[in-house]
Amino acid sequence: MSMLDAANNPVLPVAEVGRPVRTIPQNRTGSAFRKAENRAAYLFLAPWLAGIILITALPMLASLYLSFTNYAVIGWPSWIGLENYVRLFTSDRRFVTSIWVTLKYVGFSVPLVLLFSLTVAVFLNRGLRGLSIYRSLFYVPSLIGASVGIGLLWKEVFGERGVVNHMLGWFGIAGRGWINNPTFALPSVIALNVWTFGASMVIFLAALRQIPDSYYEAASIDGANAWQRFHRITLPLITPVIFFNTVLLLINSFQSFTQAFVVSNGRGGPVDSTLLYSLYLYQQAFQQLQMGYASAMAWILLIAIGIATALLFWSSRFWVFYGDR
Amino acid sequence: MATAKTYDPELLQLERRRRANWRRIKGLGLHLVLIALLGIMLYPVIWMVFSALRPEAEIFGDMGFIPTNWTFENFVRGWNLYGNLTFTQFYINSFIICALAIVGNLLACSMAAYAFARLEFRGKWILFGIMLGTMMLPIHVQLIPQYIFFLNIGWVNTILPLIVPKFLAHDAFFIFLMVQFMRSLPSELEQAAVVDGASYWQRYWRIILPLSMPALATTAVFTFINTYNDFFSQLIYLTDTDRMTVPVALRLFLDPSSGSSSFGGLFAMVLVSIGPVLGFFLASQRLLTKGIATQGFK
Repeated sequence: MSMLDAANNPVLPVAEVGRPVRTIPQNRTGSAFRKAENRAAYLFLAPWLAGIILITALPMLASLYLSFTNYAVIGWPSWIGLENYVRLFTSDRRFVTSIWVTLKYVGFSVPLVLLFSLTVAVFLNRGLRGLSIYRSLFYVPSLIGASVGIGLLWKEVFGERGVVNHMLGWFGIAGRGWINNPTFALPSVIALNVWTFGASMVIFLAALRQIPDSYYEAASIDGANAWQRFHRITLPLITPVIFFNTVLLLINSFQSFTQAFVVSNGRGGPVDSTLLYSLYLYQQAFQQLQMGYASAMAWILLIAIGIATALLFWSSRFWVFYGDR
Repeated sequence: MATAKTYDPELLQLERRRRANWRRIKGLGLHLVLIALLGIMLYPVIWMVFSALRPEAEIFGDMGFIPTNWTFENFVRGWNLYGNLTFTQFYINSFIICALAIVGNLLACSMAAYAFARLEFRGKWILFGIMLGTMMLPIHVQLIPQYIFFLNIGWVNTILPLIVPKFLAHDAFFIFLMVQFMRSLPSELEQAAVVDGASYWQRYWRIILPLSMPALATTAVFTFINTYNDFFSQLIYLTDTDRMTVPVALRLFLDPSSGSSSFGGLFAMVLVSIGPVLGFFLASQRLLTKGIATQGFK
């Protein structure tokens, strides 16, 4: 124990002493400074606690209540029980469409982002020269990919006279208007999401660099080839990071909004092909002013994300490898 | 004997040279693949840069890569697209929101993080769990009542709905980031201050906060980028044209009735709009790319 552990020094006035060493068994010399520390902690937490109550918990409860009402901002909400939920699942075609669009969006972009980010990170981790330059350049799309500006650019890039068709022209392929075609509009938006794989890549890269070289040297001496080294050493050791990235990507892509909004000018078209869940929720809440209906949608989204993350956490016991267990 | 052959110095050197060459070729190939991938990824952006710099009529022309007639007229036209309301105003609006958001996040998140990382109190782990849980909450479950509330107290069309949550540490991710960092600071530093009779506030303000600069800087940069790029809440809360921020103003380019069929102006303004983010990034890229990843996993 350190000489400076003031808690054990009876000379010092009790009120001015904290419990400085947290990991050391509790010091029972007095409850006075524990009380002081308790009070101080709650003062430090005060803004956050106020926020949790005022802008998180209360609005959540209110939105749960609103989801059982008919409410159009003007006047008072009128209680209609489960009607919003029933209507969503039984007679709202666009709602069902938006679920499919979102599932396709999440189902394609999350694995693709993981694949791209891990592959590029593994190749960057081979002691390449100029690593930091590559890392920064691959990261640039993640910085700007969520902005309205890039959404506008994407609209032109995948437009009939855009860059994509120009590049296809080099190979003699005649392109089309991708972004205004019901079949290709969503893939174009997914492509924009995959384009921002750099953020995940940076996290993978940091994890890869923590794997000791000696593991690979030992494996090489035993005659393991590059694929075996990746498959038997790299992959198991970074499963916790794959898990972490998957959770992040899943939660984020379920909530994607801006790019589908920009690309379809807020409509989710063509033919509702880019009608992501949050976009439809936005339309219901802020264009149709169906606040109760939109609140029901919000709660369904919360439950869906909850189930998806819970499944992921549950599945992690089968494929995530923690070295210390 | 087999061993004699293995240790033959000439053969060994030949083998070593062969391997070095092979490694060099493989390295070169890897560089080429990575550069090609980057080229494809960044081509649209580069194309936009050159498109913004050429006359309107040539943008969708023969697609020659580098403009033959350089011009800045697109920037002038884009900047002044909405008559007497120029992008100057939109930038001022955006930067005010970003600056206040940064101050709010730094202060409120670091205070909460200090309590979680360095103090013991009742209910700590429950509250910490709640804090982690809020990182996963979709904003939508809070959005509608928040909007109704802000509407009723007259905050819609002000920047308050965008700023006040930051001063209440609403971005739990940054609390988590700072907790991770503050936990790693040695406890002796604070003990010394305790001996000198420092209060909790002094320990936080004078010792922990200055030492947490890397985490604070990361928070500041990310708050800037997120707030500057944020579209959803600005779209909802800022509807008056003189209150609009850069992303909300850019959105008007989508509206055919605003008479903005100018692609040159559009590209020029998109380019200008991503400028601050790229600038911030270049100024702090070591911190961002290295810092965030390692701090998150300590």
